[in-house]
Amino acid sequence: MVNMDLYDKDVVSIRDFTKDQIEGVLDLAQEMVPYALGEKRSRALDGRILGNLFFEPSTRTKLSFESAAHRLGCDVIDVSEMSMTSISKGETLADTIKMVDTYCDVIALRHPYEGAARLAAKFSENPVINAGDGAGSHPTQTLLDLFTMREAKGTLEGLNIVLVGDLKYGRTVHSLADALTMFGAKLTLVAPETLQMPEDIVRHLEEKGCHPVKTAVLDDVIGQADVLYVTRIQRERFPDHNEYSKVAGTYRIDNAILREAKSDMIVMHPLPRVDEIALEVDSTPHARYFKQAFNGVPVRMALLYSILGGVL
Amino acid sequence: MEAPIEIKLPPIRNGTVIDHIASGQALNVMKILGVNENNIDSSISIGMHVQSEVMGWKDIVKIEDRELDAATVDKIALIAPDATISIIRDYYVADKYKVTLEGHVVGLARCSNPNCITNRGEPVAPEFIVEGTHPPKLRCCYCDRMLINITDHLL
Repeated sequence: MVNMDLYDKDVVSIRDFTKDQIEGVLDLAQEMVPYALGEKRSRALDGRILGNLFFEPSTRTKLSFESAAHRLGCDVIDVSEMSMTSISKGETLADTIKMVDTYCDVIALRHPYEGAARLAAKFSENPVINAGDGAGSHPTQTLLDLFTMREAKGTLEGLNIVLVGDLKYGRTVHSLADALTMFGAKLTLVAPETLQMPEDIVRHLEEKGCHPVKTAVLDDVIGQADVLYVTRIQRERFPDHNEYSKVAGTYRIDNAILREAKSDMIVMHPLPRVDEIALEVDSTPHARYFKQAFNGVPVRMALLYSILGGVL
Repeated sequence: MEAPIEIKLPPIRNGTVIDHIASGQALNVMKILGVNENNIDSSISIGMHVQSEVMGWKDIVKIEDRELDAATVDKIALIAPDATISIIRDYYVADKYKVTLEGHVVGLARCSNPNCITNRGEPVAPEFIVEGTHPPKLRCCYCDRMLINITDHLL
Protein backbone atom coordinates (compact mmCIF):
# COMPACT_ATOMS: atom_id res chain seq x y z
CA MET A 1 0.00 0.00 0.00
CA VAL A 2 2.33 2.72 -1.21
CA ASN A 3 1.43 5.84 -3.13
CA MET A 4 4.79 7.36 -4.01
CA ASP A 5 3.16 9.94 -6.27
CA LEU A 6 2.40 12.23 -3.35
CA TYR A 7 5.45 11.56 -1.19
CA ASP A 8 6.81 14.84 0.22
CA LYS A 9 4.39 16.83 -2.01
CA ASP A 10 2.22 19.82 -1.12
CA VAL A 11 -1.54 19.54 -1.52
CA VAL A 12 -2.62 23.08 -2.38
CA SER A 13 -5.26 22.82 -5.10
CA ILE A 14 -7.19 19.98 -6.68
CA ARG A 15 -5.84 21.33 -9.98
CA ASP A 16 -2.41 20.03 -8.92
CA PHE A 17 -3.74 16.45 -9.08
CA THR A 18 -3.97 14.19 -12.10
CA LYS A 19 -6.95 11.89 -12.45
CA ASP A 20 -4.72 8.90 -11.63
CA GLN A 21 -3.44 10.59 -8.49
CA ILE A 22 -7.00 11.28 -7.34
CA GLU A 23 -7.97 7.67 -7.94
CA GLY A 24 -4.85 6.54 -6.09
CA VAL A 25 -5.83 8.59 -3.03
CA LEU A 26 -9.41 7.27 -3.14
CA ASP A 27 -8.20 3.65 -3.41
CA LEU A 28 -5.88 4.14 -0.47
CA ALA A 29 -8.65 5.88 1.51
CA GLN A 30 -10.82 2.82 0.95
CA GLU A 31 -8.12 0.67 2.56
CA MET A 32 -7.94 3.14 5.46
CA VAL A 33 -11.63 2.77 6.38
CA PRO A 34 -11.21 -0.08 8.93
CA TYR A 35 -8.39 1.91 10.57
CA ALA A 36 -10.51 5.06 10.57
CA LEU A 37 -13.30 3.12 12.26
CA GLY A 38 -10.90 1.78 14.91
CA GLU A 39 -11.47 -1.81 13.77
CA LYS A 40 -7.78 -2.14 12.93
CA ARG A 41 -4.82 -0.41 14.58
CA SER A 42 -1.81 1.19 12.94
CA ARG A 43 1.31 3.08 14.01
CA ALA A 44 2.31 3.72 10.40
CA LEU A 45 3.27 7.33 11.14
CA ASP A 46 4.73 6.75 14.59
CA GLY A 47 7.10 9.54 15.62
CA ARG A 48 5.83 11.99 12.99
CA ILE A 49 4.16 15.30 13.84
CA LEU A 50 1.30 17.10 12.07
CA GLY A 51 1.17 20.88 12.61
CA ASN A 52 -2.52 21.77 12.47
CA LEU A 53 -2.72 25.54 11.84
CA PHE A 54 -6.31 26.72 11.82
CA PHE A 55 -6.59 30.48 11.60
CA GLU A 56 -10.33 30.29 10.89
CA PRO A 57 -13.07 28.41 12.74
CA SER A 58 -13.47 24.78 11.70
CA THR A 59 -14.95 21.73 13.35
CA ARG A 60 -14.97 18.87 10.86
CA THR A 61 -11.78 19.63 8.97
CA LYS A 62 -9.69 20.23 12.08
CA LEU A 63 -11.04 17.27 14.03
CA SER A 64 -10.82 14.90 11.09
CA PHE A 65 -7.19 15.88 10.45
CA GLU A 66 -6.48 15.21 14.13
CA SER A 67 -8.37 11.94 14.06
CA ALA A 68 -6.64 10.88 10.84
CA ALA A 69 -3.22 11.61 12.35
CA HIS A 70 -3.96 9.81 15.64
CA ARG A 71 -5.37 6.75 13.84
CA LEU A 72 -1.96 6.37 12.17
CA GLY A 73 0.07 7.04 15.32
CA CYS A 74 1.07 10.55 14.20
CA ASP A 75 1.28 13.27 16.87
CA VAL A 76 -0.47 16.61 16.44
CA ILE A 77 0.43 20.14 17.49
CA ASP A 78 -2.08 22.84 16.77
CA VAL A 79 -3.12 26.46 16.71
CA SER A 80 -6.78 27.17 16.45
CA GLU A 81 -7.16 30.88 17.05
CA MET A 82 -5.40 33.66 15.28
CA SER A 83 -5.68 35.81 18.42
CA MET A 84 -3.42 33.36 20.28
CA THR A 85 -0.58 33.55 17.78
CA SER A 86 2.15 36.01 16.83
CA ILE A 87 0.06 36.85 13.77
CA SER A 88 -2.05 38.97 16.12
CA LYS A 89 1.20 40.82 16.95
CA GLY A 90 1.76 41.56 13.28
CA GLU A 91 3.89 38.56 12.31
CA THR A 92 3.56 37.58 8.68
CA LEU A 93 2.16 34.20 7.73
CA ALA A 94 5.47 33.53 5.99
CA ASP A 95 7.38 33.91 9.29
CA THR A 96 4.83 31.84 11.20
CA ILE A 97 5.15 29.05 8.66
CA LYS A 98 8.96 29.12 8.72
CA MET A 99 8.83 28.73 12.50
CA VAL A 100 6.14 26.01 12.66
CA ASP A 101 7.90 24.16 9.86
CA THR A 102 10.77 23.44 12.24
CA TYR A 103 8.40 21.88 14.80
CA CYS A 104 6.65 19.32 12.62
CA ASP A 105 6.82 17.07 9.53
CA VAL A 106 3.72 18.24 7.69
CA ILE A 107 1.46 21.29 8.03
CA ALA A 108 -2.31 21.45 7.54
CA LEU A 109 -3.35 25.09 7.06
CA ARG A 110 -6.77 26.74 7.23
CA HIS A 111 -6.56 30.47 6.62
CA PRO A 112 -9.01 33.29 5.82
CA TYR A 113 -7.05 34.64 2.84
CA GLU A 114 -7.02 33.06 -0.60
CA GLY A 115 -3.66 31.78 -1.75
CA ALA A 116 -2.41 31.36 1.84
CA ALA A 117 -1.62 27.67 1.32
CA ARG A 118 0.38 28.38 -1.85
CA LEU A 119 2.35 31.00 0.05
CA ALA A 120 2.88 28.62 2.99
CA ALA A 121 4.13 25.92 0.61
CA LYS A 122 6.66 28.38 -0.73
CA PHE A 123 8.11 29.09 2.71
CA SER A 124 7.88 25.62 4.22
CA GLU A 125 10.49 22.91 3.71
CA ASN A 126 7.95 20.29 4.78
CA PRO A 127 4.79 19.57 2.80
CA VAL A 128 1.75 21.80 3.28
CA ILE A 129 -1.84 20.57 2.99
CA ASN A 130 -4.43 23.22 2.20
CA ALA A 131 -7.28 22.80 4.67
CA GLY A 132 -9.21 25.68 3.08
CA ASP A 133 -8.03 29.19 2.24
CA GLY A 134 -10.76 31.82 2.38
CA ALA A 135 -13.11 31.50 -0.56
CA GLY A 136 -10.30 29.76 -2.45
CA SER A 137 -9.73 26.05 -2.68
CA HIS A 138 -10.30 23.19 -0.28
CA PRO A 139 -8.78 20.13 -1.95
CA THR A 140 -9.15 17.65 0.92
CA GLN A 141 -12.89 18.40 1.04
CA THR A 142 -13.05 17.72 -2.69
CA LEU A 143 -11.28 14.39 -2.28
CA LEU A 144 -13.64 13.28 0.47
CA ASP A 145 -16.62 14.40 -1.63
CA LEU A 146 -15.38 12.33 -4.55
CA PHE A 147 -14.75 9.40 -2.21
CA THR A 148 -18.33 9.63 -0.92
CA MET A 149 -19.78 9.73 -4.46
CA ARG A 150 -17.68 6.80 -5.63
CA GLU A 151 -18.55 4.81 -2.52
CA ALA A 152 -22.28 5.35 -3.13
CA LYS A 153 -22.34 5.03 -6.91
CA GLY A 154 -19.49 2.59 -7.54
CA THR A 155 -17.92 4.96 -10.06
CA LEU A 156 -17.28 8.63 -10.70
CA GLU A 157 -17.54 8.35 -14.46
CA GLY A 158 -20.38 10.26 -16.12
CA LEU A 159 -22.42 11.00 -12.99
CA ASN A 160 -25.19 13.54 -13.14
CA ILE A 161 -24.36 16.01 -10.38
CA VAL A 162 -26.60 18.87 -9.28
CA LEU A 163 -24.85 21.56 -7.22
CA VAL A 164 -27.26 23.79 -5.33
CA GLY A 165 -27.00 26.82 -3.05
CA ASP A 166 -24.13 29.27 -2.79
CA LEU A 167 -22.07 28.56 -5.89
CA LYS A 168 -20.45 32.00 -5.85
CA TYR A 169 -18.72 32.13 -2.47
CA GLY A 170 -18.77 28.41 -1.59
CA ARG A 171 -15.20 27.20 -2.01
CA THR A 172 -16.08 23.51 -1.87
CA VAL A 173 -18.18 23.62 -5.03
CA HIS A 174 -15.47 25.36 -7.06
CA SER A 175 -12.88 22.70 -6.31
CA LEU A 176 -15.44 19.92 -6.66
CA ALA A 177 -16.73 21.09 -10.05
CA ASP A 178 -13.15 21.32 -11.25
CA ALA A 179 -12.37 17.75 -10.20
CA LEU A 180 -15.62 16.29 -11.51
CA THR A 181 -14.80 17.47 -15.02
CA MET A 182 -11.94 14.95 -15.05
CA PHE A 183 -14.50 12.18 -14.69
CA GLY A 184 -16.90 13.34 -17.39
CA ALA A 185 -19.58 14.51 -14.97
CA LYS A 186 -22.68 16.29 -16.19
CA LEU A 187 -23.02 19.36 -13.99
CA THR A 188 -26.13 21.36 -13.24
CA LEU A 189 -25.66 24.58 -11.28
CA VAL A 190 -28.72 25.63 -9.28
CA ALA A 191 -28.50 29.04 -7.63
CA PRO A 192 -30.14 32.45 -7.66
CA GLU A 193 -28.46 34.70 -10.19
CA THR A 194 -26.53 36.59 -7.50
CA LEU A 195 -24.98 33.37 -6.21
CA GLN A 196 -24.22 31.58 -9.47
CA MET A 197 -20.80 30.09 -10.15
CA PRO A 198 -18.28 32.84 -11.10
CA GLU A 199 -17.81 33.23 -14.84
CA ASP A 200 -14.08 32.55 -14.81
CA ILE A 201 -14.67 29.19 -13.11
CA VAL A 202 -17.42 28.27 -15.58
CA ARG A 203 -15.09 29.20 -18.47
CA HIS A 204 -12.40 27.00 -16.96
CA LEU A 205 -14.87 24.08 -16.78
CA GLU A 206 -15.87 24.67 -20.39
CA GLU A 207 -12.24 24.66 -21.50
CA LYS A 208 -11.99 21.22 -19.91
CA GLY A 209 -14.95 19.98 -21.95
CA CYS A 210 -17.70 20.28 -19.34
CA HIS A 211 -20.69 22.45 -20.25
CA PRO A 212 -22.67 23.02 -17.07
CA VAL A 213 -26.36 23.87 -17.22
CA LYS A 214 -27.36 26.87 -15.10
CA THR A 215 -30.79 27.28 -13.58
CA ALA A 216 -32.46 28.85 -10.56
CA VAL A 217 -35.20 26.21 -10.33
CA LEU A 218 -34.29 23.02 -8.49
CA ASP A 219 -37.61 21.26 -9.20
CA ASP A 220 -36.82 21.22 -12.93
CA VAL A 221 -33.60 19.24 -12.56
CA ILE A 222 -33.77 17.15 -9.39
CA GLY A 223 -35.31 14.19 -11.23
CA GLN A 224 -32.16 13.59 -13.30
CA ALA A 225 -29.66 13.84 -10.45
CA ASP A 226 -27.45 10.99 -9.25
CA VAL A 227 -26.02 13.30 -6.60
CA LEU A 228 -27.58 16.42 -5.09
CA TYR A 229 -24.79 18.47 -3.53
CA VAL A 230 -26.24 21.14 -1.24
CA THR A 231 -24.26 24.04 0.19
CA ARG A 232 -25.02 26.51 2.92
CA ILE A 233 -25.49 30.12 1.99
CA GLN A 234 -22.75 31.48 4.23
CA ARG A 235 -23.42 34.75 5.98
CA GLU A 236 -19.70 35.34 6.63
CA ARG A 237 -18.86 35.39 2.90
CA PHE A 238 -21.25 38.25 2.12
CA PRO A 239 -19.73 41.71 2.15
CA ASP A 240 -23.27 43.09 2.10
CA HIS A 241 -25.83 41.90 4.68
CA ASN A 242 -28.77 42.93 2.46
CA GLU A 243 -27.56 40.63 -0.28
CA TYR A 244 -27.44 37.80 2.28
CA SER A 245 -30.97 38.45 3.54
CA LYS A 246 -32.37 38.39 0.01
CA VAL A 247 -31.11 34.90 -0.79
CA ALA A 248 -30.87 33.08 2.57
CA GLY A 249 -33.25 30.13 2.67
CA THR A 250 -33.88 30.10 -1.09
CA TYR A 251 -33.48 26.33 -1.38
CA ARG A 252 -34.62 23.89 1.26
CA ILE A 253 -34.41 20.15 0.74
CA ASP A 254 -37.21 18.21 2.38
CA ASN A 255 -39.04 14.94 1.78
CA ALA A 256 -41.58 16.64 -0.48
CA ILE A 257 -39.00 17.76 -3.02
CA LEU A 258 -37.18 14.43 -2.76
CA ARG A 259 -40.28 12.64 -4.10
CA GLU A 260 -39.21 13.86 -7.52
CA ALA A 261 -35.73 12.32 -7.13
CA LYS A 262 -34.41 8.94 -8.25
CA SER A 263 -34.65 6.36 -5.46
CA ASP A 264 -30.85 5.96 -5.33
CA MET A 265 -30.04 9.66 -5.57
CA ILE A 266 -27.81 10.77 -2.70
CA VAL A 267 -27.88 14.10 -0.88
CA MET A 268 -24.51 15.51 0.18
CA HIS A 269 -23.59 18.62 2.15
CA PRO A 270 -20.16 19.78 3.38
CA LEU A 271 -21.78 20.81 6.71
CA PRO A 272 -22.53 22.68 8.86
CA ARG A 273 -26.10 22.98 7.64
CA VAL A 274 -28.42 25.64 8.93
CA ASP A 275 -31.81 25.00 7.39
CA GLU A 276 -30.95 23.93 3.82
CA ILE A 277 -31.80 20.30 4.60
CA ALA A 278 -34.80 19.45 6.76
CA LEU A 279 -34.14 17.07 9.67
CA GLU A 280 -36.67 14.62 8.22
CA VAL A 281 -34.25 13.93 5.34
CA ASP A 282 -31.66 12.50 7.78
CA SER A 283 -33.58 9.24 8.13
CA THR A 284 -34.06 8.69 4.38
CA PRO A 285 -31.70 6.53 2.28
CA HIS A 286 -30.82 9.70 0.34
CA ALA A 287 -28.91 11.28 3.24
CA ARG A 288 -25.14 10.92 2.96
CA TYR A 289 -23.83 14.03 4.69
CA PHE A 290 -22.82 12.45 7.98
CA LYS A 291 -21.13 9.57 6.16
CA GLN A 292 -19.46 12.24 4.05
CA ALA A 293 -18.17 13.94 7.21
CA PHE A 294 -16.76 10.64 8.46
CA ASN A 295 -15.08 10.06 5.10
CA GLY A 296 -12.87 13.04 5.86
CA VAL A 297 -10.93 10.76 8.20
CA PRO A 298 -9.91 7.92 5.81
CA VAL A 299 -9.25 10.41 3.00
CA ARG A 300 -7.00 12.58 5.19
CA MET A 301 -5.34 9.43 6.52
CA ALA A 302 -4.57 8.44 2.92
CA LEU A 303 -3.06 11.87 2.27
CA LEU A 304 -0.95 11.99 5.43
CA TYR A 305 0.19 8.43 4.81
CA SER A 306 1.14 9.14 1.19
CA ILE A 307 2.82 12.47 1.92
CA LEU A 308 4.82 11.23 4.90
CA GLY A 309 5.58 7.82 3.40
CA GLY A 310 3.99 5.54 5.98
CA VAL A 311 4.20 1.76 6.17
CA LEU A 312 1.12 -0.13 7.33
CA MET B 1 5.63 44.54 -43.82
CA GLU B 2 3.50 47.51 -42.85
CA ALA B 3 3.12 50.10 -45.57
CA PRO B 4 4.63 53.50 -44.74
CA ILE B 5 2.13 55.88 -43.30
CA GLU B 6 2.14 59.60 -43.19
CA ILE B 7 4.48 60.74 -40.42
CA LYS B 8 2.47 62.71 -37.94
CA LEU B 9 4.97 62.78 -35.07
CA PRO B 10 8.32 64.58 -35.27
CA PRO B 11 11.42 62.34 -35.32
CA ILE B 12 13.52 62.16 -32.16
CA ARG B 13 17.29 62.35 -31.92
CA ASN B 14 17.79 60.07 -28.91
CA GLY B 15 15.23 58.10 -26.98
CA THR B 16 12.56 55.45 -27.46
CA VAL B 17 9.66 54.99 -29.84
CA ILE B 18 6.89 52.72 -28.62
CA ASP B 19 4.84 51.76 -31.65
CA HIS B 20 1.92 49.42 -32.31
CA ILE B 21 0.29 50.23 -29.00
CA ALA B 22 -3.31 49.01 -28.96
CA SER B 23 -5.52 51.97 -29.80
CA GLY B 24 -6.58 53.82 -26.66
CA GLN B 25 -3.70 52.59 -24.49
CA ALA B 26 -1.22 55.46 -25.07
CA LEU B 27 -2.14 57.27 -21.87
CA ASN B 28 -1.79 54.05 -19.89
CA VAL B 29 1.66 53.58 -21.41
CA MET B 30 2.46 57.10 -20.21
CA LYS B 31 1.34 56.03 -16.76
CA ILE B 32 3.74 53.08 -16.90
CA LEU B 33 6.55 55.40 -17.99
CA GLY B 34 5.78 57.46 -14.92
CA VAL B 35 6.28 60.75 -16.72
CA ASN B 36 4.25 63.91 -16.55
CA GLU B 37 4.84 67.56 -17.27
CA ASN B 38 6.39 68.10 -13.83
CA ASN B 39 9.11 65.48 -13.85
CA ILE B 40 10.63 65.43 -17.30
CA ASP B 41 12.70 67.92 -19.29
CA SER B 42 12.54 66.11 -22.63
CA SER B 43 9.86 66.04 -25.29
CA ILE B 44 7.17 63.42 -25.46
CA SER B 45 4.99 62.96 -28.55
CA ILE B 46 1.85 60.92 -28.49
CA GLY B 47 -0.07 59.75 -31.52
CA MET B 48 -3.51 58.44 -30.74
CA HIS B 49 -5.84 56.62 -33.09
CA VAL B 50 -3.28 56.53 -35.87
CA GLN B 51 -4.17 54.46 -38.94
CA SER B 52 -2.25 51.20 -39.26
CA GLU B 53 -2.46 48.59 -42.00
CA VAL B 54 -1.68 45.80 -39.56
CA MET B 55 -3.72 46.88 -36.55
CA GLY B 56 -6.42 49.07 -38.06
CA TRP B 57 -5.84 51.77 -35.46
CA LYS B 58 -2.96 52.13 -33.08
CA ASP B 59 -1.25 54.54 -30.69
CA ILE B 60 2.40 55.66 -30.73
CA VAL B 61 4.51 57.22 -27.98
CA LYS B 62 7.92 58.83 -28.55
CA ILE B 63 9.96 59.83 -25.56
CA GLU B 64 13.19 61.71 -25.93
CA ASP B 65 16.43 61.06 -23.97
CA ARG B 66 15.18 57.90 -22.29
CA GLU B 67 15.78 54.20 -22.95
CA LEU B 68 13.43 51.83 -21.19
CA ASP B 69 14.52 49.18 -18.70
CA ALA B 70 13.34 45.57 -18.98
CA ALA B 71 10.71 45.86 -16.21
CA THR B 72 9.09 48.86 -17.92
CA VAL B 73 8.99 47.05 -21.26
CA ASP B 74 7.44 43.99 -19.56
CA LYS B 75 4.76 46.22 -18.02
CA ILE B 76 3.95 47.73 -21.40
CA ALA B 77 3.46 44.18 -22.72
CA LEU B 78 0.67 43.70 -20.16
CA ILE B 79 -1.49 46.38 -21.77
CA ALA B 80 -0.06 46.49 -25.30
CA PRO B 81 1.04 42.96 -26.25
CA ASP B 82 1.85 43.92 -29.85
CA ALA B 83 3.97 46.96 -29.02
CA THR B 84 7.37 47.41 -30.65
CA ILE B 85 10.19 49.25 -28.96
CA SER B 86 12.73 51.17 -31.05
CA ILE B 87 15.78 52.64 -29.37
CA ILE B 88 16.85 55.75 -31.27
CA ARG B 89 20.42 57.05 -31.10
CA ASP B 90 21.38 60.08 -33.18
CA TYR B 91 18.24 59.70 -35.33
CA TYR B 92 19.02 56.05 -36.22
CA VAL B 93 17.28 52.95 -34.94
CA ALA B 94 19.98 51.35 -32.77
CA ASP B 95 17.74 48.49 -31.62
CA LYS B 96 14.20 47.35 -32.34
CA TYR B 97 12.21 44.54 -30.73
CA LYS B 98 8.70 43.43 -29.95
CA VAL B 99 7.54 43.21 -26.34
CA THR B 100 6.87 39.67 -25.12
CA LEU B 101 4.15 38.37 -22.84
CA GLU B 102 4.58 34.72 -21.90
CA GLY B 103 5.21 32.37 -18.99
CA HIS B 104 5.10 34.04 -15.61
CA VAL B 105 4.79 37.73 -14.75
CA VAL B 106 6.39 38.56 -11.40
CA GLY B 107 6.22 41.80 -9.45
CA LEU B 108 4.66 43.94 -12.19
CA ALA B 109 1.04 44.06 -11.02
CA ARG B 110 -0.84 43.35 -7.83
CA CYS B 111 -3.72 40.90 -7.60
CA SER B 112 -7.18 42.41 -8.05
CA ASN B 113 -8.62 40.06 -5.42
CA PRO B 114 -8.56 42.04 -2.14
CA ASN B 115 -8.62 38.76 -0.21
CA CYS B 116 -5.55 37.40 -1.95
CA ILE B 117 -2.73 36.70 0.50
CA THR B 118 -0.35 38.73 -1.70
CA ASN B 119 -2.33 41.86 -0.74
CA ARG B 120 -1.79 41.27 3.00
CA GLY B 121 1.75 42.50 3.55
CA GLU B 122 3.47 39.15 3.06
CA PRO B 123 7.08 39.14 1.79
CA VAL B 124 6.25 37.88 -1.71
CA ALA B 125 6.03 39.51 -5.11
CA PRO B 126 2.65 39.01 -6.80
CA GLU B 127 3.00 36.40 -9.52
CA PHE B 128 0.73 35.59 -12.44
CA ILE B 129 0.66 32.98 -15.12
CA VAL B 130 -0.07 34.27 -18.63
CA GLU B 131 -3.15 32.45 -19.93
CA GLY B 132 -3.83 34.64 -22.94
CA THR B 133 -2.25 37.55 -24.81
CA HIS B 134 -5.04 39.03 -26.98
CA PRO B 135 -6.33 40.43 -24.73
CA PRO B 136 -3.79 39.72 -21.98
CA LYS B 137 -5.18 37.28 -19.41
CA LEU B 138 -3.30 36.74 -16.17
CA ARG B 139 -4.12 34.24 -13.42
CA CYS B 140 -2.77 34.79 -9.91
CA CYS B 141 -0.40 31.96 -8.94
CA TYR B 142 -1.50 32.29 -5.30
CA CYS B 143 -5.28 32.73 -5.20
CA ASP B 144 -5.95 31.34 -8.69
CA ARG B 145 -8.21 34.28 -9.66
CA MET B 146 -8.00 36.10 -12.98
CA LEU B 147 -6.53 39.60 -12.76
CA ILE B 148 -9.35 42.02 -13.53
CA ASN B 149 -8.57 45.43 -15.04
CA ILE B 150 -4.80 45.08 -15.43
CA THR B 151 -4.15 48.79 -15.96
CA ASP B 152 -5.49 49.70 -12.52
CA HIS B 153 -3.32 47.12 -10.79
CA LEU B 154 0.09 47.82 -12.30
CA LEU B 155 2.81 48.34 -9.70
